[in-house]
Amino acid sequence: MTTPLPAAPEDRLPDAAVPKLSRGVRTRWDEARETHMLLAPERALRLDAIAAAILAETDGERSFAAIVDVLAEKYAAPREQIAVDARKLLVDLMDKRMMEVVR
Amino acid sequence: MNVQTALPEGTRVRRVPAPMAMLAELTYRCPLKCPYCSNPLEMSKRSEELSTEQWAEVLRQAARMGVLHVHFSGGEPAARRDLEELLSVAVEAGLYTNLITSGVGLTEARVKDLSARGLDHIQLSVQGTDASTADLIGGYRGGFEHKMKVAAWIAAEGIPLTVNAVMHRRNLDRTAETIDLAVRLGARRIEVAHTQIHGWAYVNRASLMPTREQVDACSAIVDEARERLKGTLVIDYVPPDHHAKYPKACMGGWGRVGLNVTPSGKVLPCHAAESIPHLVFDNVKDKPLAAIWADGAAFNAYRGTDWMPELCRTCDRKEVDWGGCRCQAMAYAGDASATDPACIKSPHHVRMQELALTEAADVPPDYVYRTM
Ligand code: SF4
Ligand code: SF4
Repeated sequence: MTTPLPAAPEDRLPDAAVPKLSRGVRTRWDEARETHMLLAPERALRLDAIAAAILAETDGERSFAAIVDVLAEKYAAPREQIAVDARKLLVDLMDKRMMEVVR
Repeated sequence: MNVQTALPEGTRVRRVPAPMAMLAELTYRCPLKCPYCSNPLEMSKRSEELSTEQWAEVLRQAARMGVLHVHFSGGEPAARRDLEELLSVAVEAGLYTNLITSGVGLTEARVKDLSARGLDHIQLSVQGTDASTADLIGGYRGGFEHKMKVAAWIAAEGIPLTVNAVMHRRNLDRTAETIDLAVRLGARRIEVAHTQIHGWAYVNRASLMPTREQVDACSAIVDEARERLKGTLVIDYVPPDHHAKYPKACMGGWGRVGLNVTPSGKVLPCHAAESIPHLVFDNVKDKPLAAIWADGAAFNAYRGTDWMPELCRTCDRKEVDWGGCRCQAMAYAGDASATDPACIKSPHHVRMQELALTEAADVPPDYVYRTM
């Protein structure tokens, strides 16, 4: 059996792709712990402010490029850096089957 | 009697971090009789089960105290006709809802209804990869075929699915097929878990105990499949204790992460805690859940590190595995506050491993099926 080489993050999630949290995966504010959480089957992940901000714009409507635009504007941060961080987070969630590309 | 909501006057709730998860064992009734069932040997009857209203109150209290995930389990939770109603209460309270089921008792209409009410996730147990093995292990004819239908209904609704596969002697050689089955059923995740030896599994340990070779082969298959199925299927693997060096952190630590409410309302630190005879468990009929969690004697018996034997207290893994499993210590060492015999440092470790080896070498005896 041959294992195909893992695709590069830019190929897994190109600029035009529209990512969305899969059904059964959601974010919520956790009052008791005063933090954003990502809830999935058997998983509760604490989200830091950056991750929470990225996921808040990942609405299943915007393309990846549009998400990065919104974030760059909102937080007045360099676009390239945001693209790297956001892609890393979203592709990682794709590997965990928590995120899917809808278009 | 009602579920208590107010704290009795003068009680002070100690600051203990809130639990993340609650296992709601709605009923012990189940049409299957798996020989590794973790339900207690003495099970409460239907007449002692909490009412719909009582469960609803427990769910609301859990959400208020910081519980994030609720797992509806049993027995077979679908044996409760009010499962749908309780699900809605949980969804309204903001809980992440998971149904742990054998599939028996679910119909297409019920799956649709659960989905519409906002069920987040289903865990479907599979006892084997073909009808004859599966039905022998589950002790229920036609169970496998029905399960395949249930999986298709779940897929049609788009509810995320995890396949639960409990591995042991008679199905370990089918690990690869079990993983393939999960992919075919459209599962996002599979839990490949070796039997934990307590409850019914302790009674049946000789017919469940795998050989070393079986375990090694299984681990290798899991490693390979994990790489190959990245992005398709997530594989969570629970290796067996009997061939390990260090124990697993029980529940992420006693009284640290989760709690368990039994069909009759008893609140347990772990689903097998009733196998420890001297522990006394509070009931949601008498006290609020938050007070039981923070101050209950059973929760504080093995919470943190103060209770630990010297061996663990002086060990640098004490906050990694929290001394391991209390119930396993009870079963093998006869003392729930002993170091888990799965740990190489335990004086009972060698005996436990030898027992595992001789039992795995013997011809497996017939199963003792769980009965109500
Ligand atoms: S004490 Fe043992 S039986 Fe109970 S949850 Fe922990 S590991 Fe499981
Ligand atoms: S001695 Fe105790 S704390 Fe240390 S590894 Fe063993 S069980 Fe864990």
